[in-house]
Amino acid sequence: MLVYALKRTFVAFLILIVVSGLTFSLSHLSTDPALTIGGENASDEDIEAIRILYGFDRPVYEQYFSWLGRALQGDFGESYHYKAPVVEMISGRIGTTMTLGVAAILFALIVSIPLGTVAAMRPNSLIDRFALLIAVLGQALPTFWFALMMIIVFGVWWRWLPISGNTTWAHFVMPTIALGYYATPALMRLTRAGMIEVLASDYIRTARAKGLSPTSILFKHALRNAIIPVVALAAVWFGFMLGGSIVIETIFNLKGIGWLSYDALLRSDLPVVQAIVLIFASFYVVLTLSADLLNAYLDPRISVR
Amino acid sequence: MSGDNILEVQNLKVDIPVTAGMLHPVRGVSFTVARGETLCIVGESGCGKSLTSLALMGLLPKTAIRTADRMDFLGQDIRDFKERRMAALRGVKMAMIFQEPMTSLNPAYTIGNQLMEVYRRHISKNGSEARARAIFLLEKVGISAAASRLSQYPHQLSGGLRQRVMIAMSLMCGPDLIIADEPTTALDVTIQAQILHLLAELQDEFEMGMILITHDLGVVARVADQVQVMYAGTTVEEGPCQAVFDNPLHPYTAGLLRCIPVPGKAKRGSKLGSVPGIVPNLVGDLQGCMFRNRCAHASSICETLSGEPTRIDDGHAFTCRLTPEEAAKTAAVQGVA
Ligand SMILES: Nc1ncnc2c1ncn2[C@@H]1O[C@H](COP(=O)(O)OP(=O)(O)OP(=O)(O)O)[C@@H](O)[C@H]1O
Ligand SMILES: [Mg+2]
Repeated sequence: MLVYALKRTFVAFLILIVVSGLTFSLSHLSTDPALTIGGENASDEDIEAIRILYGFDRPVYEQYFSWLGRALQGDFGESYHYKAPVVEMISGRIGTTMTLGVAAILFALIVSIPLGTVAAMRPNSLIDRFALLIAVLGQALPTFWFALMMIIVFGVWWRWLPISGNTTWAHFVMPTIALGYYATPALMRLTRAGMIEVLASDYIRTARAKGLSPTSILFKHALRNAIIPVVALAAVWFGFMLGGSIVIETIFNLKGIGWLSYDALLRSDLPVVQAIVLIFASFYVVLTLSADLLNAYLDPRISVR
Repeated sequence: MSGDNILEVQNLKVDIPVTAGMLHPVRGVSFTVARGETLCIVGESGCGKSLTSLALMGLLPKTAIRTADRMDFLGQDIRDFKERRMAALRGVKMAMIFQEPMTSLNPAYTIGNQLMEVYRRHISKNGSEARARAIFLLEKVGISAAASRLSQYPHQLSGGLRQRVMIAMSLMCGPDLIIADEPTTALDVTIQAQILHLLAELQDEFEMGMILITHDLGVVARVADQVQVMYAGTTVEEGPCQAVFDNPLHPYTAGLLRCIPVPGKAKRGSKLGSVPGIVPNLVGDLQGCMFRNRCAHASSICETLSGEPTRIDDGHAFTCRLTPEEAAKTAAVQGVA
């Protein structure tokens, strides 16, 4: 188990290096940060001076390694636009994004696991069809459209919920649903498929032959096995959600790092973009890693491999 | 009927609606099992052996319809038992061992957990008592280092060991009836004999009734008290083991017995299916003897045969148009051929 975990951690680390290297070189090749820093009125000489000052004249890989070296020490530089340390800008906002992400994935799981389970227990019943309808709608409707609809109905018509900002928990309700709903169809369908397969398995027949209670058969024997793949998928979706929070945070004006990355991209504020990409990538990697470890814990056969 | 019978079944039928119409995989079988007695059900693949045993356990697929004139288990009529009452019998009064040891245990839980849970459900919540019982039974089924096995997962055990665990599990609550549905089909030939021997021994020791479903006629000859030969959902011949083996009357039974191996030399030829021809489709209205299209002695009477068994002495009965004398003669001829 320990060897397995170490191996996975090492791979995770390599992935981070590759991801950050790629984004670094791509963004440095696609825009000229010196133009951004200099602003509209800078002369050619000013731009040249900025290039030398910031080291943009050096080869990209050299710039990358010096950036990486500082990043590893927790120094992500300063925002070109706000002239504030990137670390401070992010740490002030990450709480909002995490709150939103965690709430959204919990919302998705709380909706999709029971719905998928009930649908699996009665395939083709009314509830199964209802679940399917939700899944189809969830996949067909774009998130931003769904978010706007909620804003119109609950925020503007009925005035139940605030539509912008992040000062109270009520501000998080609509963003959570909008973001969580996005993951619900996939998680629900996987729960349903897994449950149908597990319920037809020989060990469920054994559990019934032992005269166990329906609760024990459903929760202890069936669900435990059916949610193993769901856990892995939920971790991946949590990663997507942190990424997807860019859209949601922008729509609801929740000032988390999703909102910040949108802002930074518009301004070509590369140090901020770099740092956020690295953070999202690390989330992603840590999530997949913990999903694998959780899987290994849930399914005793895994760690053997 | 004798007071010793723990199970009496009369005219058990299972119907399953399928797209082509109504499937009749079990079409009126009757048998009794006495305490300490082994009933062997034999018959080729698809003749309804598994569905018969699942019907007894109340574990048929949801769509299946079960009817019977009589189904008394331990003096109770279990025909109308709802799921709750059946669950209270399963695992404790009647237990079942399945054909697939590799997949019949839950991969997510330890052997100990799965053994103890059935005891805790039916007998006592006391964990150390359940543990002691589990260890006792693992030793009984010939598993060494039983205590340390409790924390192992199914995937860490071989098929033979898993089937031993399944046997131990079925015995946890001391059932009156144990149903073993081809418990060794998925195992190595060398292990098959050990497991069957073990089952017979334990059944004797714990004085349980046993229904053993098997393809292996060599095994039947050794362990059965009663034999029931099934063909296409019906019983074609039944009776005490000795009588059926010495004097097989139904042409199908005679055909099966033709290739029985000499005990000790387990020839693969002892497997069923050595009778030429195929099983008829069991969908829709069925009339007459189902074996007639494969039978050397079929005549026009067979198309409308009622299916009433011809009884001889001692509970030996067979369902055929032939008289016992004719049947005995043809069986003997077949035996020589
Ligand atoms: N759920 C089901 N739906 C439709 N048909 C079924 C179902 N289960 C079993 N059958 C059919 O019923 C017949 C009897 O099946 P059963 O499993 O009892 O056979 P069996 O005698 O146990 O065979 P085997 O020796 O292969 O285990 C078979 O033809 C099978 O295809
Ligand atoms: Mg079977």
